[in-house]
Amino acid sequence: MSVLKVITPGISTIQDHGRFGLQRYGVAPAGAMDRTALRRANELAGCKPGTPTVETGPLPATFEVSGAPIRIAVTGAPRQVSISGRQAALDQTHLLRDGERLAIGSARGGMFSYISFEGGLLTEAQLTSSSLDERAGFGSPFKRPLQTGDFLEVTPATIWPSERSAAIPSSGLSQRNVIRVILGPQDDYFFPETIDQFLNTRWRVGLNSNRMCFTLDGPLLAHAKGYNIVSDGTVRGSIQIAGDGQPFVLLADRGTVGGYPKIATLATVDMDRFVQIPAGGEVRFEAVSVERAQALLRTQASRGTPAMRDAGTVTVLNEAALSSANLAGAATNALEPAAFEY
Amino acid sequence: MYVEPKFLACGDSALSVEFGDTIDIEVNARVLTLDRSVSRQPIAGITETVPTYRSLLIHYDPLQTTFAELQRDLLPRLKTEDLSGIATNRAWSVPVVYGGEFGIDLEMIAIEKQITTAELIERHSTRDYRVCMIGFMPGFAYLGGLDERLATPRRKQPRPAAPRGTISIGGEQTALQSVPGPSGWHWIGRTPLDVYAPDRNPMCLLEPGDIIRFYPIERREWAAETRRCEAMIRETLQ
Repeated sequence: MSVLKVITPGISTIQDHGRFGLQRYGVAPAGAMDRTALRRANELAGCKPGTPTVETGPLPATFEVSGAPIRIAVTGAPRQVSISGRQAALDQTHLLRDGERLAIGSARGGMFSYISFEGGLLTEAQLTSSSLDERAGFGSPFKRPLQTGDFLEVTPATIWPSERSAAIPSSGLSQRNVIRVILGPQDDYFFPETIDQFLNTRWRVGLNSNRMCFTLDGPLLAHAKGYNIVSDGTVRGSIQIAGDGQPFVLLADRGTVGGYPKIATLATVDMDRFVQIPAGGEVRFEAVSVERAQALLRTQASRGTPAMRDAGTVTVLNEAALSSANLAGAATNALEPAAFEY
Repeated sequence: MYVEPKFLACGDSALSVEFGDTIDIEVNARVLTLDRSVSRQPIAGITETVPTYRSLLIHYDPLQTTFAELQRDLLPRLKTEDLSGIATNRAWSVPVVYGGEFGIDLEMIAIEKQITTAELIERHSTRDYRVCMIGFMPGFAYLGGLDERLATPRRKQPRPAAPRGTISIGGEQTALQSVPGPSGWHWIGRTPLDVYAPDRNPMCLLEPGDIIRFYPIERREWAAETRRCEAMIRETLQ
């Protein structure tokens, strides 16, 4: 086994396809935020879909290899990547030799990146997944985000005739950062004018966005009949309107039930594009019917290609603000009193 | 309770079958009846179900079925009037230290309700509660059957970390906190019963449909009651 040592973790966690089947016990699926990028990372590295990867948020992260060479690929958010000072392209495999450092720069225009490994990371899946879920006590090899000094065990590289790269896919969407949603299940808790306001606003993804939820900065939305509903189930992409009118989008590490009305739900076909909108980036929502959203998914599946991401506007990150807000779209702080259920 | 259940799209990969919009034992019984039906006789395309107080959330694979198709498949399951299948036949006797440092809001609620803390404890601990849903956090048990005279609106500001085992009241709901986490509810007591342990099988002790009976204990009985709970868990899970 070779070892990948964490020099600076940024905000990094181990993530795979997620842990399903336990939502009835209050355990959210976790798993990669951008599943298209996860799939592409694993394809490049020659791994089965859903193999554990290192997911890293928008802050810089550095790793060092010791032992036999390993082969990696980095996908997801646009950013500079270098191997011991040499620039290394995204969406391409690279060999890392003993003592070499993999430096992932700040994300430019995205949120999450995925580092995959030929042969995979050494993890022990718990209930079908190695993804971190701090609150539920799951995650392998660590039950917490990566820290400086951690060692990850990696299968050494085999000999390949040449390194692989992914064809850069073009976006299937013409408008940037327009994300389709299906209204409901509690759109009847809002006046029609409020729903129009929700659909006509250019929202900004808030600095407090993380794996649990993305907040949306813009006008506060008024509730038509109060904001206390009898708590019911949430899904990845549920858009809840909190008591003060602030919308937030529940994601991979969400609470499995919530007590605020949900005005709309993200369409699955646009989910991975949405989670790559950086903090401060703009987003607008377009309502489609559930039938239309499902037809889009079928079309995508029949093409055999996942929804390809539009890199969006390049936003230079305000790292100081992100660090001080302690968010930066990554590991969930299990004790953070996030505004979801209560 | 609605005359006809509603089918609500929760995006393109889940739907909610909603039986009502209140906390009501009969509404919850209908949710659990449908949940049992779907788990015993699976419907193609359904990947996961999440029973809640008043609706069943059904996750499905939209490449295998559609919103319209699933509604057709589910409709005949809603006709049943027999709700007896939901009982798990499990009742848990749950010790609670009420008040003091373990239930910092007990006194405030008593004052607000103009009763003594002893009366409040009696009202809370002399009924059977049903586990209506597990969720929000791993193992967190939402209970039905709170004496409506004890209903207390949630706090405006949640507090960051309710300890594991906290028994709380939020609106018309009362709950058993499984792991430490934020809470905007009122904390009235704490139990040593460990309802969530990721390394235990099953990790989640309580199931929707279980009955909970609280009984008050003294702070000094905590250690002995912890052992009694552990023995009860071993016995029940054997």
